[in-house]
Amino acid sequence: MNTPTWLLAFGFILLGPLVGALLAGLDRRLTARMQSRQGPPLLQPIYDVLKLFEKDTLVVTGLQTLYLWGFLFFMVVSGFIIFLGGDLLLSVFALTVSGIFLCLAAYSTNSPYSNVGSSRELMLMMAYEPMLILVPLGFYLVADSFRVSDIVAGSPWQVLQLSGILIGFLFVLTIKLRKSPFDLSSSHHGHQELVKGITTDFSGSDLALVEIAHWYENTILLAWLYLFFAPLGLAVALPLAFVLFFAEVLVDNTHARLKWSSTLKASWLVTIVFGVTNLMLLPLMT
Amino acid sequence: MYSISFLIGFSLLAGFAVAASPDVETRSRRVRLSASVIALASVLLALFHLASGPEFFALSPGVLHVLDWMFTIGGVGLALVLLYFCRRIVAREWYIPVLVVLQTGLMLSAEFAEVTPEVAHPFYIDSFTVLMTLIVGVVGGLICIHAIRYMQDYHAHEKTVPNRQAAFYFMLFLFLASMFGIVFSNHLLWLFFFWEVTTLCSFWLIAYSGTDEAVRNGFRALGLNLIGGVSFAAAIAWLTFGPGLHTWELDQLIAAGSAMALIPAVLIAVAGLAKSAQLPFSSWLLGAMVAPTPVSALLHSSTMVKAGVFLLVKLSPVFYDTYAGLLLSLIGGVTFLVTSLVAVNQRNAKLVLAYSTIANLGLIVMCAGVGTAGAMWAAILLILFHAVAKALMFLAVGTTEHLIGSRDIEDMEGLVYRRPAMAAMMLVGILGMFLAPFGMLLSKYTSFQAFLSMDVMLGDGLMLATILAFGSAPTLFFWSKWMGKLVAMPRRLPPGTDPIPRDEAIALVSLTLITYVACALFPLADKVFVIPYTDYLGALGLIPVVAASIPWDNIAIMSLMLAGLFLMPLAFWLRPPRHAEVSGYLSGANVSGSASYRGAMGVERVVESRGYYLSGFIREDIMMRYGMLGAGVLIVVMVGGVAL
Amino acid sequence: MSFLKKSPWVLHYAATSCNGCDIELLACLTPTYDVERFGIVNTGNPKHADIFLVTGSVNEESRKVVENLYAQMPDPKVVVAIGACALSGGIFRDAYNVYGGIDKVIPVDVYVPGCAARPESIIDGIVKALDILEERAKERKRQRKVVPA
Repeated sequence: MNTPTWLLAFGFILLGPLVGALLAGLDRRLTARMQSRQGPPLLQPIYDVLKLFEKDTLVVTGLQTLYLWGFLFFMVVSGFIIFLGGDLLLSVFALTVSGIFLCLAAYSTNSPYSNVGSSRELMLMMAYEPMLILVPLGFYLVADSFRVSDIVAGSPWQVLQLSGILIGFLFVLTIKLRKSPFDLSSSHHGHQELVKGITTDFSGSDLALVEIAHWYENTILLAWLYLFFAPLGLAVALPLAFVLFFAEVLVDNTHARLKWSSTLKASWLVTIVFGVTNLMLLPLMT
Repeated sequence: MYSISFLIGFSLLAGFAVAASPDVETRSRRVRLSASVIALASVLLALFHLASGPEFFALSPGVLHVLDWMFTIGGVGLALVLLYFCRRIVAREWYIPVLVVLQTGLMLSAEFAEVTPEVAHPFYIDSFTVLMTLIVGVVGGLICIHAIRYMQDYHAHEKTVPNRQAAFYFMLFLFLASMFGIVFSNHLLWLFFFWEVTTLCSFWLIAYSGTDEAVRNGFRALGLNLIGGVSFAAAIAWLTFGPGLHTWELDQLIAAGSAMALIPAVLIAVAGLAKSAQLPFSSWLLGAMVAPTPVSALLHSSTMVKAGVFLLVKLSPVFYDTYAGLLLSLIGGVTFLVTSLVAVNQRNAKLVLAYSTIANLGLIVMCAGVGTAGAMWAAILLILFHAVAKALMFLAVGTTEHLIGSRDIEDMEGLVYRRPAMAAMMLVGILGMFLAPFGMLLSKYTSFQAFLSMDVMLGDGLMLATILAFGSAPTLFFWSKWMGKLVAMPRRLPPGTDPIPRDEAIALVSLTLITYVACALFPLADKVFVIPYTDYLGALGLIPVVAASIPWDNIAIMSLMLAGLFLMPLAFWLRPPRHAEVSGYLSGANVSGSASYRGAMGVERVVESRGYYLSGFIREDIMMRYGMLGAGVLIVVMVGGVAL
Repeated sequence: MSFLKKSPWVLHYAATSCNGCDIELLACLTPTYDVERFGIVNTGNPKHADIFLVTGSVNEESRKVVENLYAQMPDPKVVVAIGACALSGGIFRDAYNVYGGIDKVIPVDVYVPGCAARPESIIDGIVKALDILEERAKERKRQRKVVPA
């Protein structure tokens, strides 16, 4: 635990949302380009959130704001752990808690759309949770530690050893980023049968909190991708992580939404076929 | 030594005193007093033996001899009582008296064998025992206090149930006494006697209401636990007559290690599996739901099932690095996975709790089968956290049922607004059951670590870790779904504001605080209860000495999370943001707030939404059938494999 | 400067319209006009929206919905009525079941004429609405200072 990691961790708290916002902006622009549109400015997500803070906040119940703060808090903790070089498994747990808080916030408003959204979100969590846990387990087997600092200092070959895990992780990354075909809890575009799903009944600063937490989440997920390639050095790993991150945008724009049962089945199948098999074969590869 | 005899003896005497009370008032007072004394005595015992190594107590030959005879007579008496109860069995339960006769026969043949092993130390205390004492004494005591008012309400509601409360409390205290007996006995025969007393008590308590369903479920519990009992008796017979190890002492058995003690250990493990309701024996615990809630709480949290895993964890060093241990872990794993999935199906709050109990015990069994220091660490902390959180949940569901008249999760919608105190306690209980930074998650963390460092065969630990990963996902789903119902803003505020009865409030609030404190102070619990125990086993050379500690920065971050969970609501309560309230979104068709909307043809329709139970996706009957089959095969392989 | 101008989110509701204006409105989102360039997003949810776009005239069926949606929009907000029917009831104004334009039910800030209104004029109407929105935002800020929210 030396000074640079502390700087990194606090840097994450301050700059993490900014990076996440830029990722979101880039995502929107790329999507627009794929649809042969010009798309919004790169900083559009930031404008959106600043605007939301100018608006009034309407709530169904005052407690929803509390749950949203929980969502944000645990999201920040989750990222803080990673950038501190701390324990990856603990970070997964914190991420899970934060997801549950978002669901609670939506449940608390108790409108049918929020209800469907949060139920589906929980379903998605059930779908991706095993794979998300297998990732630290895989790192543990190659780097002999759950600690991010040890994983970063690991062998450059780890990404090959963990290729199955990487595939599985990319699959659930699509769910985590709420991209098609798995955007069943909250669609990007509101004018659909789900309205905005889980965020339907948040407005003003409440919605801004959700957006900021999502920015943090983007940064965290990018960091996860980076971890796979980290021992290759920043110059190689970061571009690779970016490419894979934005490959999700392509997937998003080329797929229609799946039903929850197909999502659950598909992601557990992928987890077993790629994730578990990879873990089982690991002892043979070393 | 005196503290041990005090705890066992006082619980027993308290049972008699309560049963002999002349009127309801006196009885309530005596229950309250006795339960408080037991809880206090457990705490005092814990303070005196804090972080000390194990102590073994010898008895003078005369006392030993007398006690031996008393336990023998007690065993026979117990068998007779059971046989007497068997007069109400139906034809297909014929096996129950057969099992009673069989196990008593085995025990008597062992006791009257020509050469019997000497027992030098019939009682002992170590830090794990101290922890169990605390759980039994404090949690069990609180459950007894909760029962006072609950049982009055119960009988007011259920007019047809004969009022046998005097015997009921006697059984509760007898239960506590025998639990103390189980955790303190080093003498296997005595331990077995206490073991069977808990079986008897659970049978009687489950069948309390006397309805046909209750009696059948009681007999099912009896039958399945007797299978375990026979297996236990067979282990003792093996230790008496068999080749090799020749001892009646638990510590000798454990110290003998896997080479010598595996056969009796596996036989006792079967008893432990039956008692802790693992597949394929789990059906008795689900059937036990017909009993009044304090009984369920007692069976599920601090006693009975905990006796099973207590013994398994005790025997855990024997299983270290053996195939039998791996199979044991797999039985736990199958149970964990299957019951976690099935729990998603349940709408009845008590059934959710029942399945989650079985699942959590499965996790403990998984750890017990691994037998490394880390796994035992996880198992012991799981026992602690599960006991407090589950007791809290059961009592909270029981009280809520009396307040709102339903134990259906859907009917608990909006409890945060209708019953803030109840809901807050339930939320703490649920958080304690599965969420970071509370204890459960900590134990899961360590379990992962322990599984991955296993070395019985290729891919063994990975198998367990995968099971844990997949089993945790549905756990998260059904608990969050329940929390979602609790926090939902009710669309209409239903009337009804009876206060929570005082005795129930005392029990609930104490358990909530204990859950919170146990989570906040877990490093302390770890230092005081777990580390001395695993260190001792390590020093004996039974398990590898590894410092199974969680790095300090993890602890710091977990404390940060816990603090956040505490401070955020506090800050919110002190300075609530004043946002304007508006109805929920109903496509603009709202009629009266969020409660109803204007449907087709201008008809006003009430908004209703229910949770997801995935009953088409997860089929309870099929899952349980295959789960039982799988676990049954694993048990047969485990016992058969060791015997060969 | 208010960020409302940079990110106006709209809610579109068709109150008994013939769908002519609705098609033109949706055309604004297509690559040809691509209003997302200006940060305009069609939210489909009053709680996220800043600008309420209503097409069609108001009748008994749609009256409550318009009121509810308007009530569920957080301040500051503006209403744009699009098309002849939304302005005055259009050719249906004398029908027995039609109340008339949107302004019979909620206050309208910008009127976009046309049958159907062209995408260019709709965008123009939204741009006009933005100035009003900014004005309201300033007003709202002052109010909050006087009485903390």
